[in-house]
Amino acid sequence: MLEEQGPEWMSEEVKTGTTIIAVEFDGGVVLGSDSRVSAGASVVNRVMNKLSPLHDRIYCALSGSAADAQTIAETVNYQLDVHSMELGEDPLVCSAATLVKNISYQYKEELSAHLIVGGWDRRGGGQVYATLSGLLTRQPFALGGSGSSYVYGYLDAEYRAGAGRTDTQRLVVDTLSLAMSRDGSSGGVAYLVTIDGDGVEEKVFLGNELPTFYDQ
Amino acid sequence: LSSNRRYDLSASTFSPDGRVFQVEYAMKAVENSSTAIAVRCKDGVVFGVEKLVLSKLYEEGSNKRIFNVDKHVGMAVAGLLADARSLSEVAREEASNFRSNYGYQVPLKHLADRVAMYVHAYTLYSAVRPFGCSFILGSYDLDDGPQLYMVDPSGIAYGYWGCAIGKAKQAAKTEIEKLSMKDMTCREVVKEVAKIIYIVHDEVKDKAFELDLSWVGEVTNGRHELVPKDVREEAEKYAKVKICCGTFWCVRQFCGV
Repeated sequence: MLEEQGPEWMSEEVKTGTTIIAVEFDGGVVLGSDSRVSAGASVVNRVMNKLSPLHDRIYCALSGSAADAQTIAETVNYQLDVHSMELGEDPLVCSAATLVKNISYQYKEELSAHLIVGGWDRRGGGQVYATLSGLLTRQPFALGGSGSSYVYGYLDAEYRAGAGRTDTQRLVVDTLSLAMSRDGSSGGVAYLVTIDGDGVEEKVFLGNELPTFYDQ
Repeated sequence: LSSNRRYDLSASTFSPDGRVFQVEYAMKAVENSSTAIAVRCKDGVVFGVEKLVLSKLYEEGSNKRIFNVDKHVGMAVAGLLADARSLSEVAREEASNFRSNYGYQVPLKHLADRVAMYVHAYTLYSAVRPFGCSFILGSYDLDDGPQLYMVDPSGIAYGYWGCAIGKAKQAAKTEIEKLSMKDMTCREVVKEVAKIIYIVHDEVKDKAFELDLSWVGEVTNGRHELVPKDVREEAEKYAKVKICCGTFWCVRQFCGV
């Protein structure tokens, strides 16, 4: 976006081109992301994990400017650490989401990142929050990043309320795979994080393990 | 005691036997005030304050000693009322900031700890004096249920099932201990609280008083409110009957007998 002398990719902002997704299920949430980081047309990192922990059972998915998103996630991680120590118990997912929202909104002119917050707490079970542009809304599922535009229709059609853990994981992987194959800024491997009352499960789906669809 | 003279001038001085006299004097200020009690029951918290009416010219209902801190938190105070008012503002700001930063209503233990920390800070320096008031915080929400905390001028917060502050706190505590509050509902407890305030009220030394009653619980859907007029009247009637009959002196004006 900023035109300067020298090759374009030197001055391009490093963006996590991205597809990120979070879906609630009965008793927890599944978060998913691709792994491509681009600076213009150059892929700077093809295996980046965009699912970042905010607390033991709360994760966020990063999109937009890589630096902005990572900084927000690290700041909120710190704030939640302090907060949970003061409270003497695990923080609520809505607290994490509110902290992310407060930063995203206050600095909305300077930052360009969108974080989706998903996690489990004993009060509300599995929850997903979108914080795009500094709003805060709880949703059954949320999409983000450049690849999300290609799969809104798919997720709208395939999402079922009250689905189980494995069905939701499959839905997330399928959606990611479709987005990664159509969006130039998304690709690489698929990372999945499943959070419920018992803990956190992290999974990676390598290129050949991803589901294939039409013409793949 | 003359031995205090050398160590009681500022809160930044310990006495040789390890006491901070300024904080103890602040607690005396609370003991001179009229009584406030609170009881935590199965489904909520009830507050009762014996509000002494010092002048017939006072407007009824003025100088309230029960405050709303957030929708779900009530605060009853005893001691220097001006100090208590400024602390209620501190509590309100803490609760409001918490809500703004974290997106949900402040849990009472956390609020009590924060305000207690603030009160404690004023016991550390000679440039300021400690707050001359104790206060009781109570709340109800679906996750933690009813909660009750009391903070005194030294800056400690304890959780309670029932507590009393002010001049008749010993007598009130004795009465509160007789209740099996864990099995009672707010509607039952509000009558008992009214009765206890009437019992501990000293007819000889203090003449007229107003009874302030408030509650927060399932009965109010988690909002802290003054008890509605009909419940109040029923509670006061229960209180007056209970203290009148059965005692060896019976003041006619109460019973109407």
